[in-house]
Amino acid sequence: MNETTDMLRTLKNGLWDNNPGLVQLLGLCPLLAVTNTFVNGLGLGIATLFVVSCSNLLVSLTRSFIRDEIRIPMYVLIIASLVTCIELLFKAWFPSLDRSLGIFIPLIVTNCAIVARAEAFASRNPAGVSLVDGIAMGLGFAALLCVLGAFRELVGQGSIMARLDMLVGGDALPGFVITDGGFLLAVLPPGAFFALALAVAGKNYWDHRRRRSSRFAARHANARLG
Amino acid sequence: MATEPAEQPASVWSTGLTLAVLAAICAALVAFTYDMTAERIAANEQAFLERSLKPVLEGIEYDGRLSDSTITIPSPHALPGREPATIYRVYADNEPIAALFVVTPRDGYSGPIKLLIGVDARGAVTRVRVLEHRETPGLGDRIESTKSDWIEQFSGTSLAAPSEERWAIERDGGAFDQLTGASITSRAVVEAIKETLLYFEQNRDTVFAMVEPAPADSDE
Repeated sequence: MNETTDMLRTLKNGLWDNNPGLVQLLGLCPLLAVTNTFVNGLGLGIATLFVVSCSNLLVSLTRSFIRDEIRIPMYVLIIASLVTCIELLFKAWFPSLDRSLGIFIPLIVTNCAIVARAEAFASRNPAGVSLVDGIAMGLGFAALLCVLGAFRELVGQGSIMARLDMLVGGDALPGFVITDGGFLLAVLPPGAFFALALAVAGKNYWDHRRRRSSRFAARHANARLG
Repeated sequence: MATEPAEQPASVWSTGLTLAVLAAICAALVAFTYDMTAERIAANEQAFLERSLKPVLEGIEYDGRLSDSTITIPSPHALPGREPATIYRVYADNEPIAALFVVTPRDGYSGPIKLLIGVDARGAVTRVRVLEHRETPGLGDRIESTKSDWIEQFSGTSLAAPSEERWAIERDGGAFDQLTGASITSRAVVEAIKETLLYFEQNRDTVFAMVEPAPADSDE
């Protein structure tokens, strides 16, 4: 019972309360760079989810016999190996998505949200809850990537979920085309900042309203941590 | 740092050993994944190459595998760009019928543009396709055949039609449409095709006569 609530709290923490992108504002480089379409966001989201879950699990499993002095090289070693693996897996099974994401797959290795979880959580907690935390953080990050990607694609190109074939295979899929063309700025780099700002503002607004009507007051103390 | 100097050497060794063991495990993980995926990745790359060469060869019957007749021209060369250029030679009944050039002009709006240019034996463009680029989405990226048919206007052109001095975009007094809002991109593509045609005209015989310096796999 107690353990289940713990897991649930960890899950909610990663997805919402302490979302790596929305609250900790970590890993913004890939987040801003690849979210010009939904499928790009989803692809990087899946890759990041895999890496952060596995790295949390491995860091937690090895924490008992890793001395403090070498823990950072260990994180680097584990994360770099996992990223190399996921890069190879993407090249083998999603070649066009890999081409579309380009350098941002290998650059997952520099996503500080992953090292942050290894250091702040996995190195201090048992394997099970660390894995859940990794999955939660990965899902939180992936969800934000998808939302931003969908929003920017819709505003910038007038379509949603175009080229999903890069993930599922088969012929090129146009997705749901709503209008032809759109507001170009949204898919350009500035659009990424606008979209992220809107998302952060939206979350803060939502939390603020909830807080006013409930007793949770300490929630926003977390917001400054990132 | 060291609170217990006497213990230091032992811990350095054991720490080093831990690192080495874990590094070996990580390396094994990567090696295993590599082994599992290598074949698929190679097949994907071959398929991608053939798929990207196909459009410029539409309607042309040819013999053999294109990857077998590849030559790489090291830079500096007279083709556009500073990177080594790749030429796929296409034969039918042992007669050269076309050459496909992969060139990378550097003067796009935001960096190099990798182009695949098909030229038939008479020196006319069969088709042009963009393989890689970083042009502005919505403006310069309409050089992609999936985004607009701008790139199709080069099919059938040669240094004779239009005449050599009219190989430029309309804005520079040439014969080719430019993409609205992307003259720099358009200019780079037109220039690259022109330079490639010039190269082909001057080196036609050597292009088909050249032998791959290092046989097998050097095109990978």
